[in-house]
Amino acid sequence: MGLELYLDLLSQPCRAIYIFAKKNGIPFQLRTVELLKGQHLSDAFAQVNPLKKVPALKDGDFTLSESVAILLYLFHKYKVPDYWYPQDLQARARVDEYLAWQHTALRRNCLRALWHKVMLPVVMGEQISSELLAATLAELDVTLQVLEDKFLQDKAFLVGPQISLADLVAITELMHPVGAGCQVFEGRPKLAAWYRRVEAAVGEDLFREAHEVILKVKDTPPADPTVKQKLMPGVLAMIR
Amino acid sequence: MGLELYLDLLSQPCRAVYLFAKKTGIPFQLHTVNLFKGQHLTEEFSQVNSLQKVPVLKDGDFFLSESSAILIYLSCRCQVGDHWYPPDLQSHARIHEYLGWHADNIRGTFGVTLWARIIAPLMGLQIPEEEVERNKTGMSQALQQLEDKFLRDKAFLMGQEMTLADLMSLEELMQPVIFGYDVFEGRPRLAAWRERVEAFLGAELWQETHAPALNFLDQWTKNTLLMLRPESYPSFLLRIARIP
Ligand SMILES: N[C@@H](CCC(=O)N[C@@H](CS)C(=O)NCC(=O)O)C(=O)O
Ligand SMILES: N[C@@H](CCC(=O)N[C@@H](CS)C(=O)NCC(=O)O)C(=O)O
Repeated sequence: MGLELYLDLLSQPCRAIYIFAKKNGIPFQLRTVELLKGQHLSDAFAQVNPLKKVPALKDGDFTLSESVAILLYLFHKYKVPDYWYPQDLQARARVDEYLAWQHTALRRNCLRALWHKVMLPVVMGEQISSELLAATLAELDVTLQVLEDKFLQDKAFLVGPQISLADLVAITELMHPVGAGCQVFEGRPKLAAWYRRVEAAVGEDLFREAHEVILKVKDTPPADPTVKQKLMPGVLAMIR
Repeated sequence: MGLELYLDLLSQPCRAVYLFAKKTGIPFQLHTVNLFKGQHLTEEFSQVNSLQKVPVLKDGDFFLSESSAILIYLSCRCQVGDHWYPPDLQSHARIHEYLGWHADNIRGTFGVTLWARIIAPLMGLQIPEEEVERNKTGMSQALQQLEDKFLRDKAFLMGQEMTLADLMSLEELMQPVIFGYDVFEGRPRLAAWRERVEAFLGAELWQETHAPALNFLDQWTKNTLLMLRPESYPSFLLRIARIP
């Protein structure tokens, strides 16, 4: 059995893995796990990831969860260009630093922005107070500034002159608020120029394909009440 | 130029970095950044880390933040045993799997006891009981997953040997223990793991690393804790507001 990737392109870390595997010509079987249908809560999927989250990887009898771990596994197992995770010790440490930082910073804020602005009110039918939404968007704004000032600075990409895993993980996060209708690049020319460089490095077609779902997220029909009931505990824990 | 570390041993990720450097015999110069005196908010420290957080490593003119990145950097830069950060494909992926899960489930959850019991009251604030209970439920779920998914029947989180993951994990779990909530109670497997890690590190290093936190607790108990600096209030309030 070859490599299998369990993904839902609605999820930002899944998009990063999808793009990485496709871009580098890594052959895999795509196993779509539709989060909004609760497919991640099935017994069958618990065999792959008992923590019931996507992304997950299966390679023979080796199973692995967590996006960063999966990206590194693919990087080390397949022949892919060094720039994704540079050999140079300090450049590599910068990628690690970004990947550690984003968990509690950019990831948290992008996720909350999408859920507070679109997923909860439109899909789940839950009212979100305007104060909460404003606070979420203000936090996102602060984090975007950190992304620009501390990580991007005046470089072409987050860690240097070439694209790395850090850029891929960052851009797929940012497309969450973009899908929700936030103007994340407005008034941020440096970040906007970086976005275009990342898109070009990945290839426009692949970039578009990976983001089709999130860019149409506002048209998602309301969730079925029984499915909603199943999903809500996980959702609340995730966006807290 | 030797290595320098900016740490406050009251902080869990700082203790993980300190234990690692000491245990592996990496020479470094220690700069203590006292968070409760607001020393991380100074202009001087902002030059070291514009995010105003510890731990930070300095190697010549290279500055690095984030404890996991620092531990990985040190493992690769210095001659330490392979077991800390194993190079083979699957073990390497497993450590990163742990670190990703840790960021979502452990970090941010196990520090709450200190804030709820000591710091918030010092600021004249009261964390609602409901939040404290929710935090205990969060800790309990995380501990169960730590046991069932990661530790299982192994000696250490990744297998028969100590890794970075054990240090990161145990130091987070020690935070509520130090400040009065014993997360190991009723969890013999995790308690036995803690003893193995402690034994591996050695009593002397263990005590030295935890002395500042115990001392802080002692001062608080005796009511002799220095007043918190007003400069620190905004960042502390932010931390308190983040308690889920
Ligand atoms: N830190 C994990 C996060 C995984 C995660 O939270 N996945 C979400 C989708 S983005 C999920 O599966 N949520 C379902 C749930 O929590 O019930 C990673 O980077 O892979
Ligand atoms: N993810 C970071 C966390 C760093 C962090 O949050 N440090 C805290 C102490 S545990 C800090 O410096 N807080 C000061 C502040 O936020 O004002 C790591 O693992 O190094």
